[in-house]
Amino acid sequence: MIVEFSVNGEQVSAPVTLPGSLLDLLRDGLGLPGSKDACEQGECGSCSVILDGELVCSCLVMAADVAGSSVTTVEGIGSEEALHPVQEAMHQAGAVQCGFCTPGFVVAAADLFERNPHPTQTEIREALAGNICRCTGYGAILRALERVATGSAQ
Amino acid sequence: MEIAHPTSVNEALAGLTEGVTPLAGGTDLMVEVNFGHARPVQVVALRRIAELKEWEGSRIGSGVTWRRIERDGPTALAEAARTVGSPQIRNAGTIGGNLGTASPAGDGHPFLAAVDATIELASSTATRTLPWAEFFVGVKKTARRDDELITAVNLPGNLPERQAFGKIGVRNAMVIATVCAVVTRADDGRVTVALGSVAPTPIRAPRGEAMISSITSPKDTDLIEFQRLVSDEVRPITDHRSTEEYRRHGAGILARRLLERCLR
Repeated sequence: MIVEFSVNGEQVSAPVTLPGSLLDLLRDGLGLPGSKDACEQGECGSCSVILDGELVCSCLVMAADVAGSSVTTVEGIGSEEALHPVQEAMHQAGAVQCGFCTPGFVVAAADLFERNPHPTQTEIREALAGNICRCTGYGAILRALERVATGSAQ
Repeated sequence: MEIAHPTSVNEALAGLTEGVTPLAGGTDLMVEVNFGHARPVQVVALRRIAELKEWEGSRIGSGVTWRRIERDGPTALAEAARTVGSPQIRNAGTIGGNLGTASPAGDGHPFLAAVDATIELASSTATRTLPWAEFFVGVKKTARRDDELITAVNLPGNLPERQAFGKIGVRNAMVIATVCAVVTRADDGRVTVALGSVAPTPIRAPRGEAMISSITSPKDTDLIEFQRLVSDEVRPITDHRSTEEYRRHGAGILARRLLERCLR
């Protein structure tokens, strides 16, 4: 079966097999490995994408169910020439340790600032409650995002 | 056709028979798929059905997400919604999907049991409405037939103003309940208590309810007796998440604390 949808603003058409996940389709079918495959049960947030405007775990989305939808992955957030403010702030704050959880945090944080440009500390923490950093590097991540929230990022 | 993307309930029902899996938010089904426990071969995807997302007064469409309930739901249901998974899960997961999965730990279930909600099921030939207690049949088992779709949840028109939800788990976010409960108290003093994760289905604690409902201004000793009765009424098991003893103990304490919130 062929599924047609939009990824990072580009129309794609890709073969899928029921009941495979969107995460597998992105990584293996479309060559977009930014979304990470870790828990496969929606616990870790490392596969976070934005599906039709909503932050979701791509491991819990059936690939065949995205026909006609619009998906933004971490590859669609910022660019090497112009980082997204979240990416810039995380880079400045050294908010990356092993880096595995980073794409998920970037997508979740970008979604938060899209909806709420000046979140409180509590709102930042709640928005990131579904993303786990196994290095436990939360301090630097939160400091980076607080700078974005207060507009004091460099 | 392996997957159908209907845009109306009637269209969805036309394709729903034995062997066809309805797909709502996917937050339960895809975990089963990813771990090799489920292999749906024919799917009816419900995400594009606007009717199921309608929420009018006390009738909540089955496609309403936890994100919306967290924002717009009655107090204790909104409190429960806020503890469903993470933002990612709440954006996808729906109240109808929660019912369809019928996990004993379903966060939305105690509220529905506490207020005596009914569940609307539609097939291509008829629509029926079941009391919550008839809908839940066992662990992950419901009265839904293969040709039926859960279309809505109906709440009573007058909800008790005092209502509280609580959940015991190992952390504050992203946690499956060890025990969860809702307590409501009406102006006339009538109390309802419903609990999750302590029996194969959500349950009420009728002896605790009857005892505390008969007292206009409960004293500390009454609260302790209420706690004891609730602990005595639950039927928990020991599993990887907790023990029977801890759940029994926790159920009584949680119910008492929620009642105290309702009495303030």
